[in-house]
Amino acid sequence: MKSEFFENIGKSAMEFINTTGRMSIMLGHAALYAVTPPFKLRNTFKQMEYVGVKSLFVVILTGAFTGAVLAMQGYDALKRAGLESMVGPTVALSMARELGPVLTGLMVAGRAGSAMATEIGTMRVTEQIDALYTMAVNPVKYLVSPRLVASILMLPLLTIVSDFVGVLGGYLVSIKLLAINPGVYIGRTIDFVDADDIFYGLIKSLVFGCIIAINACYQGFYAQGGAEGVGRCATKAVVLSCVLILISDYILTSIMFGS
Amino acid sequence: MIEIKDLNKSFNHKKVLDGLNLTAETGKITVIIGRSGEGKSVLIKHIIGLLKPDSGQILLDGKDITKLTEDEWTFVLKRFGMLFQGAALFDSMTVAENVGFALTEHMNLPASKVRSVVTEKLRRVGLVDTEEMMPSELSGGMKKRVGLARAIVMDPEIVIFDEPTTGLDPVMSDSIADLMIETQRAQQTTYIAITHDITLTYKVADYVAMLHEGRIIAYDTVDGIKKNDNPIVRQFLEGRAQGPLKVY
Repeated sequence: MKSEFFENIGKSAMEFINTTGRMSIMLGHAALYAVTPPFKLRNTFKQMEYVGVKSLFVVILTGAFTGAVLAMQGYDALKRAGLESMVGPTVALSMARELGPVLTGLMVAGRAGSAMATEIGTMRVTEQIDALYTMAVNPVKYLVSPRLVASILMLPLLTIVSDFVGVLGGYLVSIKLLAINPGVYIGRTIDFVDADDIFYGLIKSLVFGCIIAINACYQGFYAQGGAEGVGRCATKAVVLSCVLILISDYILTSIMFGS
Repeated sequence: MIEIKDLNKSFNHKKVLDGLNLTAETGKITVIIGRSGEGKSVLIKHIIGLLKPDSGQILLDGKDITKLTEDEWTFVLKRFGMLFQGAALFDSMTVAENVGFALTEHMNLPASKVRSVVTEKLRRVGLVDTEEMMPSELSGGMKKRVGLARAIVMDPEIVIFDEPTTGLDPVMSDSIADLMIETQRAQQTTYIAITHDITLTYKVADYVAMLHEGRIIAYDTVDGIKKNDNPIVRQFLEGRAQGPLKVY
């Protein structure tokens, strides 16, 4: 019984090391192929459209409502300390540093990450990836590199949109519902939010883009077991991406804002 | 010529290929028969480089291709074409894009030239006016034909067929067999097919090899294999449940 317990821990540890290693190798290859001609521009633009343009609506929706809720909750807490004028900076800093990149990452992981894993997973189980290989086309260069580049480029852009609509949502709630003076709201926000806050948020989103793309592609690439296997790989792609986004967010926050 | 020498492969301590030896003659059709799960697919995946053997050699014109680097494989693969069991057409592309894929990727040809080659290859497999169709709109037999057109689009020296008639009705199977003969004769290409379709085997094969328990237990011409007195070969060719091959 005890030996079985330790055997399972050992197996899990080995699987973790194995997965991390293979994912790192795939990331290295995909990054290298992305900067090596011939460039798969058509594929990359197609993925940019899918990851970026088609995720826009859901990112705007979550960003706007999160900003609005932040303003309401923040107002309630800050009012007790007589700091109602700090609602603007609270919303803006929260969106720029944390919620903008994290929510965008989670939304894209759920929407585009699952689609990437499903598409590549289906290609794996129907031998389309083997077909690419037999036609002397490197599957990592053809499938993974464009998705990696698209995610790394589009996540920061989506985060800018999310930050903006979040602040706008907070502004509208503060001015229309909470009767905060617009001049005070905007003035305080400008006083307290630096360009660095936005910049660090964008760095985070870039890392999240990388995590989403490589994890989704990896899960799809090593999918097995028919339709059930494809479903499993899509679930893993979303769940693991979300967990990795939250963990890496903590690490990045410690590095960027820790001191 | 492809020579396979003493090829061994195991998965999770289960021996799938056990010192396998086989020769596929240039310009001939070699059909490898055997029961499901005997390692036929594993064997062709070794030939095309999708799997690496535990030991043994695969010699292509005298050069061992199991030791090639990734770049060398890219070059060698351009000499191969492959028709997959389920055709493995790219479902996000049209028929024309599927067939012309390798040309677009590897040859710096104008779109009009790619188009004319694609149309010619599709015509050769008996498909006209299908260029703009999506794979989901095709029947099983049409998918196999498109797969064959894609496999031969670069005029490869060697074409590998993974169960070319599985899932097809007898009439469609026969038409695929005709296409195999016709396309092979046109350019004297080396064809290697794995199948358990005996009708197809008798019709297209120049040489037949039977794979059993990881080894080739019989290798002969069609006439020769018909006369083979190995009870395992006899049982398989005659399709009997009774005999040394156990049903499990």
